[in-house]
Amino acid sequence: MQCQNCKNQTATIHLTEITNGNRTETHLCQTCAQKQGLAVQTQIPLNELLSTLLSAQPEATGEDSTPQEEKACPRCGMTLRRFSKETLLGCPQDYEVFEKNLLPLIQRTHNGNTEHCGKTPSSVGPEQDKQIQLAALRRQLDVALRNEQYETAARLRDQIRNLQ
Amino acid sequence: MNPADLSSQPSPWINQPGPDFEIVISSRVRLARNLEGYEFKPCLSAQRQNEILEILTPALLSLDQKLYYIDVDKIAAVERELLAERYLISPAHVRGKGPRGVAIAEEENFSAMINEEDHLRMQAYAPGLQLKACLDRVNQIDDQIEKKVRFAFHPRFGYLTACPTNLGTGIRVSVMLHLPGLKMTGQIDKFFAAARDCNLAVRGAFGEGSETVGDFYQLSNQVTLGVAEAEVVSNFTEKIVPKIVEYERAARQTLIEQSPYVVDDKIQRALGVLRNARLISSQEALVLLSQVRLGVHIGRIFEIQVSKINNLFFHLQPAHLQMRAGKSLDPDQRDSFRAQVIRKALSPN
Repeated sequence: MQCQNCKNQTATIHLTEITNGNRTETHLCQTCAQKQGLAVQTQIPLNELLSTLLSAQPEATGEDSTPQEEKACPRCGMTLRRFSKETLLGCPQDYEVFEKNLLPLIQRTHNGNTEHCGKTPSSVGPEQDKQIQLAALRRQLDVALRNEQYETAARLRDQIRNLQ
Repeated sequence: MNPADLSSQPSPWINQPGPDFEIVISSRVRLARNLEGYEFKPCLSAQRQNEILEILTPALLSLDQKLYYIDVDKIAAVERELLAERYLISPAHVRGKGPRGVAIAEEENFSAMINEEDHLRMQAYAPGLQLKACLDRVNQIDDQIEKKVRFAFHPRFGYLTACPTNLGTGIRVSVMLHLPGLKMTGQIDKFFAAARDCNLAVRGAFGEGSETVGDFYQLSNQVTLGVAEAEVVSNFTEKIVPKIVEYERAARQTLIEQSPYVVDDKIQRALGVLRNARLISSQEALVLLSQVRLGVHIGRIFEIQVSKINNLFFHLQPAHLQMRAGKSLDPDQRDSFRAQVIRKALSPN
């Protein structure tokens, strides 16, 4: 099916509206739907995200007068300005130094997730490993409950109980 | 292992049988790791890069399986290209600077890049849909290396990577798909839409930044944080890929039933051009080989084995051609030599 707007691309967004009992159908391609504000691009390119990283930051307040983008990691010297250009961080410590700034970016690139779940190095030790797995499961449980996915929630609750 | 010796043969694993191989050409699982106490790539000096090589190379070479080490910084540019054409290193590793290397399994189904975007990137390959086997292999190697080195790990964010897009598990799962049926029946947009809905990236056959040519698509996960490795893999092997395979099979069936002459014409013309062309670009060759590959799998071409086509995917690329010719070739000479290689491989006699 062709897009009703540009008559060029294939329509992938199909909208049915019922107003006062009248049913109207709209068929648009992704680009036209986005232009009309009907669809959002689900995957935002990293570069776009990064360009908003600096602009969206609250102004630095109080004793620390260094602008956010110039704040440098004491270990590697990386700044947010440089990161937003190169898309790579300078050292593992950057994740702590810039945690607040990186968090929204991490969340958006990972479908809302902000906590690791999965393999942990053996050096982490069984107790900490358990805590990591538990934290991840509890977070998944929250999401399941919020979305009213009760079967998933029950399964997760069992998993948590077994781990504890 | 000498890169020059590789050029006459295709990657040894590519012609082994694998599940759904007529649609899923290959599976790959990659893990990204960084050493604790070392800066990431943008802030690493050559000295520190050398230190990383000195830590990781012996760890990789003392695994329970034999790997061969290649100093990527020292080999010729064409040899680096050759390794990339065989998927043993990434295009970024080709372009990279400073001390860097790769450790490769003899069968070429495992490679570990050192000092790429992350300190260590390990990847396992298999023909067809075999992501679980790839994950097991790469995971087991990761376990062995972890006994010797300490990786940067954060209790909340997991394995720390130079780019936050790889954070957490550091896993990238991908399959190379051949979808001429969906393309010819005008349904390929559905595949793109479904991929987008599942948070998956679609790329061309040659990875990041490459265009899709000849109906070959690389599908990979983008979310690496908050999902366990096994879950990412089972999403692919149990949910996503089987659906795509089913749709592609149905599309091929529709083509055979509803427009057999159109399909036959397309396939036979493609074969005709490949068998007779005197000059051919790699792009045109890929498009035509894609159609011939379809012809073989839907039983319209009998005399050509699919392994011949798979081999050509490697042999018609620039570095492979030049290594085979034993000299550097300009693009026109390459088009001529490429046509010659293809004619020889697909000749009816």
